[in-house]
Amino acid sequence: MSSALRARGGWANPALFRGLGNASVSIDAATVRKVAHLARLAIPEERVEALTGELNGILGWIEQLQEVDVTGIEPMASAVATALPMREDVVTDGAMPHKVLANAPRAEDGFFVVPKVVE
Amino acid sequence: MSPDLTRLTLAQALDGLARGDFSSREITRAFIDAIEAANPALNAYVLPTPERALAMADASDARRRGGSPRPLEGAPIGVKDLYCTEGVRTTACSRILDGFVPPYESTVTANLWRDGAVMLGKLNMDEFAMGSSNETSCFGPPVNPWHSSGSNRDLTAGGSSGGSASAVAANLCLAATASDTGGSIRQPAAFVGKVGIKPTYGRASRWGMVAFASSLDQAGPITHDVTDAALMLRSMCGHDARDSTSLDLPVPDFAAAIGRGVKGLRVGVPREYRVDGMPAEIDALWERGISWLRAAGAEIVDVSLPHTRYALPTYYIIAPAEASSNLARYDGMRYGLREAGRDLNDTYSRTRAAGFGKEVQRRIIIGAYVLSAGYYDAYYLRAQKVRSRIAEDFRQAWERCDVLLTPSTPSSAFALGDETRAKDPVQMYLNDVFTVTANLAGLPGISVPAALDGQGLPLGLQLIGRALDEETVIAAAAELERAAGFAATPDRWW
Repeated sequence: MSSALRARGGWANPALFRGLGNASVSIDAATVRKVAHLARLAIPEERVEALTGELNGILGWIEQLQEVDVTGIEPMASAVATALPMREDVVTDGAMPHKVLANAPRAEDGFFVVPKVVE
Repeated sequence: MSPDLTRLTLAQALDGLARGDFSSREITRAFIDAIEAANPALNAYVLPTPERALAMADASDARRRGGSPRPLEGAPIGVKDLYCTEGVRTTACSRILDGFVPPYESTVTANLWRDGAVMLGKLNMDEFAMGSSNETSCFGPPVNPWHSSGSNRDLTAGGSSGGSASAVAANLCLAATASDTGGSIRQPAAFVGKVGIKPTYGRASRWGMVAFASSLDQAGPITHDVTDAALMLRSMCGHDARDSTSLDLPVPDFAAAIGRGVKGLRVGVPREYRVDGMPAEIDALWERGISWLRAAGAEIVDVSLPHTRYALPTYYIIAPAEASSNLARYDGMRYGLREAGRDLNDTYSRTRAAGFGKEVQRRIIIGAYVLSAGYYDAYYLRAQKVRSRIAEDFRQAWERCDVLLTPSTPSSAFALGDETRAKDPVQMYLNDVFTVTANLAGLPGISVPAALDGQGLPLGLQLIGRALDEETVIAAAAELERAAGFAATPDRWW
């Protein structure tokens, strides 16, 4: 089956497979740069435009959630409705500095070596 | 001439080992040779571990001679590269974890070694399990052992557990661990004609699994048949205090549910899963599945899951949001890749840009965006509420039926390098349309191979069950398996 066929198709209600170019809200290049900075991702300037288009495609598609009536509905944060288990507040792990540092890009004298943080 | 030990199912191999027909070293050796011969073409393993495998096999043979064999004694299996394996490189197929050697073992794999299994190596996957074709792996995609009739074009083994699927289908392990966040066990299993089961969220510990979306991720196996799935699942599951969402419940003997049959079982057919544009043969296969279960004594019930069509958009808010938070840990300071920059922030940004692939970066940005001030309520909170409605749909359905029957995927395996999907991420996302609902609701789901399509490629049927009712799912799956009698295997072109 061709993908195009699926892109045109839908459920009984064609709204399901609503595709690209349908965004009622859209993000611009400046927002993409800002969010990329917040996420600490260096995006090359020549990639920003294409990425903005891709993100708008995805956001336009998820926009259809706005039509669901969620009045009085509790948000579902976990797949299992159980209280978080509690345990005694005691040390259960540790005393293994060599293991902790074993994968460090740089380590010296039992410490991580990181770029200068304070000016 | 001895029989080809790699062609056995897990259950058959365990029987053979128990009878003393062959040793764990012999069957392990057979798999090591098979991997060496096939992996250059299939790319299923990103790291074979033959020495470790033989050492584990010898220890297992000694244990059996000592007279205390364990449930999976001596059985060679493959491990998705998502599971941390002590002393064995684990990358989740991301450059950012290049060279990462965990100093600890994931609970799921530890459970498998506790039960006597032997590790053959680490299996290919989409980077951080983000993908439906396994093409986001930094090691390149694994290849599906199946080709369309009369074609030699390479097809996807599905994603994200494409390496697990390819390895089981090509007889490069008896069974494999996989993981499922939106369909990553069931879709690859369907694409290669094998069985894949995702248990109820919380059945298997997530400790030591590289995190993608923590409220959705769940471990499970890809296997030759339903019996093997039950055996693997029993060893993989179990309470673990180190995962706060792990369920403190006894693990049932899942295999005991096989042969229970479906007489009197109410099988729901959700009308919203009839997607326009779905190939007629998938629809026809679904109808055949319905008649198979009806003929075996099940009662077929028409049910409605009205919010189904919102499941994928909901998933593509919640999963990226959780991923952007989970992947914040990759900062180049404590482990993994570091790309030096002008200052600390620049080092973070360069490290993450160099270490994460395109799709992972896309999802991190989407996630950061939907969680950011001003958009949190409109996107993330709303998606969590729609998730409640999707879960509620299932609760309503369970008043009328005991298990749901659906197709596993909206198509058979597609070509690697498919251009439409490469250009438009949403087209790729749509592949998980039938599987993602079970993740959002935390329910068990299985894909069972049921037929070949017109191109000679496998198609699967999916069963979804109530939370904690894997046994009904397995009982119905065994009946589907029996009725379908799917025995096709791919021609060995590799």
